[in-house]
Amino acid sequence: MKGFLRADGRKGIRNSVVVVYLVECAHHVAKTIVSKLDNDDVQLIGFPGCYPNDYSLQMMEKLCTHPNVGGVLLVSLGCEGFNREKLSKTIIESGRPIETLVIQQCGGTKSTIELGIEKSTSLLTNISNVERIEIFTSDLVIGTICGGSDGTSGISANPAVGACFDLLLNADATCIFEETGELIGCEQIMANRAESPKLGQELIACVEKAERYYTKMGYGSFAPGNAEGGLTTQEEKSMGAYAKSGSSNINGIIKPGEIPHKKGLFLMDVVPDGEPMFGFPNISDNAEIVEMIASGALMILFTTGRGSVVGSAISPVIKVCANPDTYERLSEDMDVNAGEIIKGLKTVNEIGDIIFESVLKVASGEKSKSEELGHKEFILTYKKFDITGSPQKIESIGPSCLS
Amino acid sequence: MTDRKFLLLNDTDNILVCCQAASVGELVKLTNVEFILESNIDLGHKVARNNINKGQHIIRYGVSIGSATVDITKGSHVHLHNMKSDYIPSHTRQSKAGE
Repeated sequence: MKGFLRADGRKGIRNSVVVVYLVECAHHVAKTIVSKLDNDDVQLIGFPGCYPNDYSLQMMEKLCTHPNVGGVLLVSLGCEGFNREKLSKTIIESGRPIETLVIQQCGGTKSTIELGIEKSTSLLTNISNVERIEIFTSDLVIGTICGGSDGTSGISANPAVGACFDLLLNADATCIFEETGELIGCEQIMANRAESPKLGQELIACVEKAERYYTKMGYGSFAPGNAEGGLTTQEEKSMGAYAKSGSSNINGIIKPGEIPHKKGLFLMDVVPDGEPMFGFPNISDNAEIVEMIASGALMILFTTGRGSVVGSAISPVIKVCANPDTYERLSEDMDVNAGEIIKGLKTVNEIGDIIFESVLKVASGEKSKSEELGHKEFILTYKKFDITGSPQKIESIGPSCLS
Repeated sequence: MTDRKFLLLNDTDNILVCCQAASVGELVKLTNVEFILESNIDLGHKVARNNINKGQHIIRYGVSIGSATVDITKGSHVHLHNMKSDYIPSHTRQSKAGE
């Protein structure tokens, strides 16, 4: 496998230019630049809010300096609250080429779009000669998420991703699982897999925080489609979701945007600290995907029973379909048919092997189904964590530094 | 012995998971358990493996996934109409809330 070497030593599996709108007011201009270029390697990301927020700034810093990103075009209206200067400085320090367009200073919509197309094209040329380097399974950082779960998810796709995680971890890769709100009910079992008793306590505390938060919000992480697909309760959904983490030891907890400080298996604590402030922790699946990407995930394994079709900007998404009926209906969107487990045609481990092979192929440059279909969803909203500050600081927070 | 349409995930479970849609009146046969389905069951849904009393935990994967809100008889659909979370209430659009 060949990857792209970045100045910080991390290796990417894609080499994209991200066009970033820094407030909703700059969204149309940024989007038009991306759609006019119509190049898979030029992707749109952005933040809609005009109020500053430490979390979203740090997320954006991590995303713009992600190993799959080669260069950045910032599109600013000019008067928004986003700390453009800080973001820009971080990107420059990472050694990546960056261009900034301020619409209020560029002559307006049309002129900025024209300039943006020019700048993005030259960024693409600029990053085309980035050093290619051999990458190994041990270089991979893989995240997993489930979306549109049903009663089959927990017995086919999720344990199969768990089996793949065990293979990846055996090969020294780094794996991330998330959504503590979907682990409510399995905290004790999960704690037994912690590499130390102290981490075990932290894992339980993490899930208890999620339970408190979701109880205040009035809804668990449970959608009507889950119930139609046979699931009844948060804890039933949780047990199924938990299976994605496999059976390896859990080595730490990270916050969104925090890069794992060592290899191993990490739980991402996605639920904000303190009293609920900005609403639901993650308003849809892509918000979670973006958080794992900000923490360095090069690829996402997405399991679905009801049939999600999403992909993501920056990192490829591989979709593993749990339900054989859904696979029949939506095969054009699915990379792996774990429904064969339900039909008794394949075992969980056999599908785990197939997912592992897909990971290696996509890491080598082959496009996943969602990539081929042009899915590059992105969403970033407001959040608050107790300890925020510089990116350097965020790397040293949280229980992941316990060991 | 395994039934072709229903799966026992853990020996201690009191529910079976449906792997292929099944119709009311069908005979379900697994080791030590045999019953007639009391309603149609869709893929991914659950049926009671034995009688479950009101208040008793519903066991799947060998762990509790909630509690029975009424007495549930062997072979009947186990869903939101007869069980609830012991953590956070579930919300639905009322479709297929259970038969």
